[in-house]
This record gives sequence, structure tokens and C-alpha cells, in this order.
Amino acid sequence: MEDQKNYLNMELLRFTTAGSVDDGKSTLIGRLLFDSKSIFEDQMEQVKQSSERKGLQDTDLALLTDGLKDEREQGITIDVAYRYFATPKRKFIIADTPGHIQYTRNMVTGASTANVALILIDARNGVVDQTCRHSIIASLLQIPHIVVCINKMDLVDYDKAVYDKIVEDYERFSSKLDVKDVRFIPISALKGDNVVNRSENMKWYEGSTLLYTLEHIHIGSDHNHIDCRFPVQTVIRPKSDEYHDYRGYAGRIAGGIFKPGDEVAVLPSGFTSKIKSIDTFDGPVDEAFAPMSVTIQLEDDIDISRGDMIVRTNNQPEQKQDLEVMLCWLNNKGPVPRGKYTLRHTTADMKAMIKEIRYKLDINTLHRNEEDKDIKMNDICKVLLRTTKPVFVDPYRKNRQTGSIILVDDATNETVAAGMVV
Amino acid sequence: MQSYNLTHLKELESESIYVLREVFAQFQNPCILFSGGKDSIVVTHLARKAFYPAKIPFPLVHVDTGHNFPETMEFRDNLVKKFGAKLVVGSVQASIDAGKAAEERGKNATRNAIQTVTLLDTIEEHQFDAAIGGARRDEEKARAKERFFSHRDEFGQWDPKNQRPELWNIFNGKQHFGEHFRVFPLSNWTEMDVWQYILAEKIDIPSLYFAHQRKVIRRSNTWLPISDFITIDPKEEIVEKKIRFRTLGDITITGGEESDADTLEKIIEEVAAARQTERGNREDDKRSETSMEDRKRQGYF
Repeated sequence: MEDQKNYLNMELLRFTTAGSVDDGKSTLIGRLLFDSKSIFEDQMEQVKQSSERKGLQDTDLALLTDGLKDEREQGITIDVAYRYFATPKRKFIIADTPGHIQYTRNMVTGASTANVALILIDARNGVVDQTCRHSIIASLLQIPHIVVCINKMDLVDYDKAVYDKIVEDYERFSSKLDVKDVRFIPISALKGDNVVNRSENMKWYEGSTLLYTLEHIHIGSDHNHIDCRFPVQTVIRPKSDEYHDYRGYAGRIAGGIFKPGDEVAVLPSGFTSKIKSIDTFDGPVDEAFAPMSVTIQLEDDIDISRGDMIVRTNNQPEQKQDLEVMLCWLNNKGPVPRGKYTLRHTTADMKAMIKEIRYKLDINTLHRNEEDKDIKMNDICKVLLRTTKPVFVDPYRKNRQTGSIILVDDATNETVAAGMVV
Repeated sequence: MQSYNLTHLKELESESIYVLREVFAQFQNPCILFSGGKDSIVVTHLARKAFYPAKIPFPLVHVDTGHNFPETMEFRDNLVKKFGAKLVVGSVQASIDAGKAAEERGKNATRNAIQTVTLLDTIEEHQFDAAIGGARRDEEKARAKERFFSHRDEFGQWDPKNQRPELWNIFNGKQHFGEHFRVFPLSNWTEMDVWQYILAEKIDIPSLYFAHQRKVIRRSNTWLPISDFITIDPKEEIVEKKIRFRTLGDITITGGEESDADTLEKIIEEVAAARQTERGNREDDKRSETSMEDRKRQGYF
């Protein structure tokens, strides 16, 4: 019965894993799933059979994380795959992103919603290009916590000196990055050292195991609870006898804490009013914070529709038509010079064009290249966007919801770029 | 001090409500694919929450294979009445009669694969531009790569290698005429989350999920229920067992497992201890390693 009650107090933690096949990423995920009893016998049986068909000696846990036919045939991961497991403390969502092809596009996608980035380093190789690349993306996407797993410690005789050297190298490199919380754990995913159970082989390591870290890392401050932002998704008007005059603004809180009685302003009109009530199916609530989905009623009848934003009168986002953003290009086809795109920001849509490309970022070295302005898929660059109407933005560092945009190609309807407001 | 943290169930609920409201705002004519199974029941419950105090703004679409559990049909009709929802039924029998789909032959014949024809016809006939489903990413390996907003071309097909990237919580539902989207609000839920949520929210589900006595035969490691639609080999023995169903599909493909779990609490205990995946009793998934991906590409749920 203890477990039955427990689930009412569990939290949700989303993390991404980055690393190539050789870093032992799949083995690590396999171990987390296996040791938390999230792999079922029939799944294991399928993987065993596939391994045998491929003529492999051992069961290849990597096959657990490959979903599509092409991935299984070619032994590569094409797309972000989502995995789930839970312990009595937390439920975990893993965005497992491939290390090689289309790495930036997929890593950025996986990183956009993550609380934690797991970065794997092969203890034999130390900090390599890929480590830097993944860390830079984690920092650009403002993943609040980075856990660096120094893997394959069994292959370096569990040597503390090897570990210390890698930590030192990583710290030297990451001092240039915008990351708040970095931790290091020496592990062997294959042997299980410091993944779920403490290692007997590394008594010199006094920190927590990986699973303990994931279970206890503080995520309560990962949402912005200071600047009140409520993008309106839709207006609820039941027009029934019982709720004849009901007019509620439905949305998901993107920041801050809203309470009935709060003085609010509605953007872009600038009209002000007070919150009459914050409604949910389960009844009105005294306060609402990110990421709650609620329906807000105001004291006054104001014309509000999708794309508008309700904010506190004394704390408003910036209104801009010229936006400096770090843009990650996601499409095979590069941007058309002076081409118009649909920009989506929270629930608002408008037209936008790339007015100027400031520089392209080398994501292995952080070097800013101001000469090369030919943007291709997987490139990250700083650009100036011009929009047809004002956007109500916060810097991405302050709020990941109100500081992010996507660009959609009107001809193909594809999402071609993702941007973070500087 | 007040903690501004949601529990995992509340956060999942909030995410799903957000997705459902995005569907309402971004599409002209969305529908909910309602099978009568627990996942589509949870989606319908979340849709009530998302638009309260207004009614659910989407019709429920049931693709009727004609091979139903009578309990599911009864449950469906009661739910539609209770919520004042609109029901649209797409009939597989009608697709067969019209010559659009051909019945499978042989002992293991089912109407599972040909449902896709009826589903796509129903979507086209009613010009639905978004079909909301209860599929979850933890169910099956091909589903692990699904987006919340999953694009389908004018033939209703899924191209897993060419999916739109989905970042933060910005969903792109833009489409050309004749294309449609499948939307999966429960993407991030697991089987356990669904059961815990059903318990926490006291959601009604069909009696088939609870342990009950039933006449069954043993076939491919599962207990298949006896019905008018199943061909029984003379060598197969009909026995009566106390079983429950972990998932609900067609009566011809849904196998049960022996169980004493007759309450939600007991079901949750059983799910926690389960060593087989939820769809392990589904004949439709066992046909090949990629049978789900193959069917999804064609336009399956």
C-alpha cells in the first residue's frame, strides 16, 4: 500500500542523453531501464533474437533504443527516441538523441524540454570534440543541470588520476559556457559501477551514484516563478444556460505565480483589469504557476484572443519587432535570402524575415565566424529577425517558453528553424 | 514555504490539456479516435477538463470492426450519452461491402489491418484535419519516435524519417489541403501513469479490465476469448478462466491474462509487477518485428 500512496508525491524529470554509440550511451540507458525494472521479458526476448540474427555474440542492449526498421538494419539512430522509467521518487523521461548524423537538430530538439543533460565521456579518450559540442548545445538551450558521466572507468583500472584529469579538462573548457550546475560521476555502465549501486571499485569517489543524483537534483527552480506570463491559447465560451456569460481565457502558465485579485495587463492592447478567478475542472484555485494549464476569468470585458498574453501590470515582457536570436537551422534547404517565414512565439503567429546574419557559431570551439554566412542544416548562427508585428519576448535565459521561437516555411509548412531570444 | 512543484501526474495532465487546446485552436475540424479502451477514455476525460465548463468540442470517432466486445459497445454508448458528445461510427463491414477492403482468411484472420482503410475513409468523408489518439510512446518501439503533432500526407501515410522537429512546447499543425494530423496528448504517459491517473481521478472504465470469469482458448501464449468471430481448431480446448484484459482491441486479437485483480488498486499492483509488456497479448503486434511501424506507415492508429 505504501507504493500506492507514493505516486501522488512523485515528480517528473526530463533529461537528454548525448554521446555516440561508442561512449556506451545505449548501455547506460539499457542499465538504467534494466536496473529500474523497466524492461520487460518480451522486449528482452525480441532484442536477444535480433542480436542472434545479426550474428552478435552478446545481447546488444542498444537494440532496445532503436525503434525504426532502418535504424535496426543500419545500426544507427536516426531520430530522437523517448524512453520512460520510474523509481518511487521520480518519473523520468529520457530524450535519447543520436550522436552522429543530424546531431545538432536532434540534440536541440531533445534539449529544449530537458531539466538535465547527461554527457558521456569515454575515460580512455577524455574530453573530445563531441563532448564540447554537446556541452555547448546544452548551454545554448539552457538546460539547468549538466551531469558529466565519465564512463568505462573499468577500462582505466578505476584510476582516480584519470578521472581527476578529465574533470580538470572539462572544467577548464566549460568555464567559457553559460552553465550553472555541473556534476561529475565516474561510472562503468557495463559493470554497473555508480549507476544504480555504489561502486566497490572506486572507494575514492565520495559523491552520489547517477540514479541518486537524478532522483534528488533540485528541479523546483527550473521554471520561472517570478515574471508572470500567460499566453492565451483559446477563449472558452460555453454559451450554455448555466454558464451563459462565462468567458474564460485558456492557457498554460509560462512564468510567475498568478492569483485572483492580481492587477493584470493584456498585450498587445495594453488594457488592464483584475483576475476574477482562476478556474479548473476540479474547481477554482488560489494560485497558479508554471507549468499549470488553467482558465482565467477577468473582472472586465476586454477583447482577448489567441496569441494575446496576460501579464502583471508592473512586470511586462519586451515588445520587439527586431529580434536578436540564436537560430538553429533544422531543414535540408537553407534559408532563402530575404525570404518570409511564419514565426511562432508561444501561441502567436506572424510573418518574419532574416534581416541580417551576424555570425555562425562553430559548435566545437565556440568560435564566431563572421565571414561564412551560408546557413545549412545543423548550423547555429546569430541573426536579426524582423517581424510584421511586435513580439512579447523575454530573454531565453530568463524564460525558456517566452524566449523561444520557431520558423515555419509557408511553402512546405515544415518547421525549418528554432531560435532563442538573446 | 509553499512548493511550486507539480506532481508527475499533474504535470502530465497539464501537458495533455495544453496539447488538446492547441488542437482546438490550430485545426478546423478535429476529432477524437475513441476505441473504448482505457487510453482513449483518459483522452476524452482530459478533453472534458481542457474545455470546462464548455462541452468537449470534438466528435468521438469509433472505427467499428464489427468484432467488438459487447461490454465495450455498451460502455461507449453510455459515455456518449453522459458527456453529451457526438459519435461518428466508421464501419469496417461497410468498407468490405463496398469492395474497398478484403477480409483476411485463415484461422488467425482478423480485421485489425483493414481498419486502416475504414479509418482513412472516415477521416476523408468527414474532412477531419486532426485525429486525436490515445497512443503512448512507451507502448511500442515505433511509437517511441512519434511526435505530439504527427503529420500524415494526403494518403494518410506516416513518414517516420521526415518528421517535423518539435521543440519546447511549440506545435506546428500547418498543413496542405487533404493532409491531416494525428495528435497524441498522452505521448509522455506510461501504462502505469494511465492506471494511477484513472485511480486518482476515479474514471469509469469497461468491466473487461477487471478480473472476471470467461470462456477462452489458449493460443500463442495468451487466453483468447470465445466469440462468434473466432475460428476454433478442433484440437483447441475451450476452458473457463478468471482473466482480465490489459489492453482492449478487437475481440479476435485481444488476449487476456489470468488474474485476480478486481479493483484498480490490485490492477496497479499487477502492472507494477508485470514482466511482459502491455501489448504482449496483442496478436496484431506479433506478426513481425516491425508490424507496428509497417501499419503506422500505412495510416494505422
